[in-house]
Amino acid sequence: MSNQNRTMFGGRIDRGQVINFVFNGKNYKGFHGDTLASALLANDVHLVGRSFKYHRARGILTAGSEEPNAIVQLGLGARTEPNMRATEIELYEGLEAASQNCWPSVNYDVGSLNNILSSIFPAGFYYKTFKWPPSLWLFYEHFIRKAAGLGYSPTAKNPDRYEQKFYYCDLTIVGGGISGLLSALAAGRSGCSVLLIDENPELGGYLLDYNFSINEKDGLKWIKNIVDELYSMDNVRILKRTTAMGYYDYNYLTALEKVTNHCDQLSKTTPRERYWRVRSKKIVLAQGAFERPLVFADNDRPGIMMASAGKKYLSRYGVLPGKSVVLFTNNDHAYQTAFEFNDKGAKISVIDTRENIDIRIQNKCEDLGIKLYSSFSIISTKGNKKVNQIEVQKVDRKQNELSGECITLDVDCILMSGGWNPAVQLFSQSRGKLKYDKVLNTFVPDKLIQDQIIIGCNNGCFDLSKNLNHSYQEGLNAAKDLNYEVADNINWKGEEEISFTESSVEPYMLGKKKVTKGSKHFIDFQNDVTAADIFLAQREGYISVEHTKRYTTTGMGTDQGKTSNVNALALMSHIHEKPVDEIGHTTFRPPFSPQTFGAIAGRSVDHLFDPERRTSIHKWHEENNAVFEDVGQWKRPYYFPKKNENIHDAVKRECLAVRNSLGMLDASTLGKIDLRGPDTAKFLNMIYTNAWSKLEIGSCRYGLMCNEHGMIFDDGVTTRLGDDHYHMTTTTGGAARVMSWLEEFLQTEWLDMEVFCTSVTEQWTVLSISGPNSRKFLQELTDIDLSKENFPFMKFREGKVCGIDSRVFRISFTGELSFEVNVPSRYGRFVWEQFMHHGKKYNITPYGTETMHVLRAEKGFIIVGQDTDGSVTPMDMNMDWIVSKKKQDFLGKRSFTRSDTLRSDRKKFVGLLVNDKKTVLPEGSHIVEKALKQPPMKMLGHVTSSYYSPILGHPIALAMIKNGMNLLGEKVEIPLMNGKVIEATISDTVFYDKEGNKNNE
Amino acid sequence: MFVIKCPYCGERDQTEFSCHGEAHIARPDNPAEVSDEEWGEYLFFRNNPKGIHFERWTHDHGCRRWFNVMRDTVSDKIIRTYKMGDQKPGVQDV
Repeated sequence: MSNQNRTMFGGRIDRGQVINFVFNGKNYKGFHGDTLASALLANDVHLVGRSFKYHRARGILTAGSEEPNAIVQLGLGARTEPNMRATEIELYEGLEAASQNCWPSVNYDVGSLNNILSSIFPAGFYYKTFKWPPSLWLFYEHFIRKAAGLGYSPTAKNPDRYEQKFYYCDLTIVGGGISGLLSALAAGRSGCSVLLIDENPELGGYLLDYNFSINEKDGLKWIKNIVDELYSMDNVRILKRTTAMGYYDYNYLTALEKVTNHCDQLSKTTPRERYWRVRSKKIVLAQGAFERPLVFADNDRPGIMMASAGKKYLSRYGVLPGKSVVLFTNNDHAYQTAFEFNDKGAKISVIDTRENIDIRIQNKCEDLGIKLYSSFSIISTKGNKKVNQIEVQKVDRKQNELSGECITLDVDCILMSGGWNPAVQLFSQSRGKLKYDKVLNTFVPDKLIQDQIIIGCNNGCFDLSKNLNHSYQEGLNAAKDLNYEVADNINWKGEEEISFTESSVEPYMLGKKKVTKGSKHFIDFQNDVTAADIFLAQREGYISVEHTKRYTTTGMGTDQGKTSNVNALALMSHIHEKPVDEIGHTTFRPPFSPQTFGAIAGRSVDHLFDPERRTSIHKWHEENNAVFEDVGQWKRPYYFPKKNENIHDAVKRECLAVRNSLGMLDASTLGKIDLRGPDTAKFLNMIYTNAWSKLEIGSCRYGLMCNEHGMIFDDGVTTRLGDDHYHMTTTTGGAARVMSWLEEFLQTEWLDMEVFCTSVTEQWTVLSISGPNSRKFLQELTDIDLSKENFPFMKFREGKVCGIDSRVFRISFTGELSFEVNVPSRYGRFVWEQFMHHGKKYNITPYGTETMHVLRAEKGFIIVGQDTDGSVTPMDMNMDWIVSKKKQDFLGKRSFTRSDTLRSDRKKFVGLLVNDKKTVLPEGSHIVEKALKQPPMKMLGHVTSSYYSPILGHPIALAMIKNGMNLLGEKVEIPLMNGKVIEATISDTVFYDKEGNKNNE
Repeated sequence: MFVIKCPYCGERDQTEFSCHGEAHIARPDNPAEVSDEEWGEYLFFRNNPKGIHFERWTHDHGCRRWFNVMRDTVSDKIIRTYKMGDQKPGVQDV
């Protein structure tokens, strides 16, 4: 295998496990423990992508989640994911990845023409160029969007499963570096329940890549011991490969766990990702810091990377990214990288912007033969697809300029270090305040707002011993605050080869004159924002940070400026000659890293998105060709078409079957509430508009419920089953609302009333049989005496139906002789099938909701929510008969005498008959006195229900019309959407069997 | 997203609850006798304070009980929860 950049020994990879992968169609090999980035570097692949705007060749800049350049399209088909950071992708067998934003290939990219033409694409180019004429923007947009953008999203349905987990604990620690580990250890030893989150596959943080000792013992062994101890604690839970995404109020934290993303075989039983919603009493932020790039001419070529990233590739993965290397730095810490590279056989020189460098470092460089250019800067880089040459020049501090001879060096790798930025994203999301630290030249945490702790490098402290002691102490303090018995304190002493001491970083910023033409000084690598763009934005007046961000797009994109923000702010400060504090910073928002929609949706997809409710007869309906309708969450048969029947044929047949012989409806979805208790009658008197005190046992009564505004909000039949026992029915869609309404008044208003409400909707299957033959038919199957004398209308009886204990109600929603047979749900389908079998001789016809609607409209029965809309009173519906005049009080009564409800011109419920006897009016149509060519015209109301009535042979409609009851017989007009105007005559609301004899037969 | 202490069940996630507006608004004992203004006050007018607010909540996905919540609308902090019919806490209880 090639792996030509792999060192002979070392690293934390498993050299025994070779892994095959494909990048841009070519086969490569890596080792278990590699990331895609480290394996590519090992195989000497440096060019991995093209930049967003100029299509410049880009390589690997970092070795972590902050990567702006090396973002790839990962996987194929339905599983493909765009914008994945190669620096985070763990290598697995068969991995396939490809470069983005290039065509036809990353090596020969047509789009790189943009780079040559770049002088015409400065910041704001699109705003300025495509603004005129405004009407053409949509045209331009199509092409601009096509040219922009990075990867592509999959078009097929996601085949993977995603889970969500709610979690509660005392302490959540974000970051598994030494600071996080020690806090977890202290809190864990004290007994706190701890959740430790880290985005890497291995705990230990950046120190895994450096030489250090703790209490004079080997650092790596020490980390292993701590991790082992944490894993042995039952009260500590550790999540690796988990990124904390959002930090919200009251220590609510979301985190994305990549469960099987790194596996070659996806398990059926394990989700791909798990989205954690964590609520903890305290949160410890220990996320560490990101290394800051340096801004110099053409600082974006492949082969240029962060010093710490170079160190990580070398120490952790055993990959030497270059053989002829320069380190460009403004601080001491990066020298560790230089020494390590030197040790592993690379030829290395150091360009340091500082004049005064620690004499020990100078001596060591001399001992090792490392050429040190003190007070020098890189002024240009060359190399089309990989850096191959640089020029350096002396920094003249007095003139704030570069001067002297240009020295040319041949290199194949530049390691840069501009200092460290604490990863304050989550802290800032939690509303924590930042301040600018003049020594570190970056923003560090200042004020804590929530019950949180911030430790280690994340807190802007880079002293190892201090961090060790502070972290452990804070873990103990947290335990103490939460009333745990605190473990013993320990004094820690840590030593690094070279520490990032506070005095060692120099602010480095290119001088104003040094933004030379023909080269680009990149601030934001992902969005191709250069120093010149920032200058331009300031010249054009976009001087607030938020404006500069939006004008130049610096800090946007999938990396959200993790590497670029501070440099952009520093440059603005430099331009305006103002302290960075006064420039301020933009707002950090979740998520910390890009995350999948799949994880956010979790299991709430497909049939679990909104639960489906089915009656016990549902299967039969399916087997018998029912077309279903959604009513709330219920699936209800809409109609039952026979061969070649359309909806009109089917509904006509079903309607006539009921009117002429026998029909059957599955009415199980009706809301059913069981009411018990000595005060139930009193309670019903308050809830319904009519009187309930005198209802006898075994009798049913229709009731109308109003809200306190006096508006109808539900209706149904309630039956007295026993002394203190009632059975209430509600509309299908209103069942839950009514249940809550009853509970609200019982629990908050009338606490002294003894009434218990139990939802029994799903306990009973309701078979509504209707039609002139229904009595004859049902009598054959029941021991209940159904005769007119013994079982009159609006009565209730119990007995056996088809051998099953049943409740039978003689109520009617069709106007025909009807019985509603309630059987325990488990017998629902059995009884339904018995009815179908025995009803054959009466041509028993199952019917759906559409037929139910037609039949009730023929009788003028209202449907709450269709004929009413929350703004109509019982009087508006001409239902004065159901409003008690005697009752002192009931819900809504007082509002009937409000001036608005008393208005004489309120809309009233009326019938409507079209004069042409054939047009079925669209429901919702506006009704006008006289249709004019254009508004305004006199509006009268609207159509609420409209059907063709098979039994009458013409259409019928119900409507709300202003002052309608005084307009009976008047002609109105209904202008339709298609321009036609339909004439209709206002009628009463009962179209069929006006005398109401049918249901009393 | 908070953890809310249901007076009946103990601490539960906010997603189990819903809020129903201002608490301690008693329905007039005899609505027939109140003026339109008083009835309008009961029906429509609610306080929207910056600071301490008393609200009715229900534990929908739990015991389904109603209870009262004393909440600071500035910080969103839930200061106290208490059962229906319990004495309204005073500001000194904050």
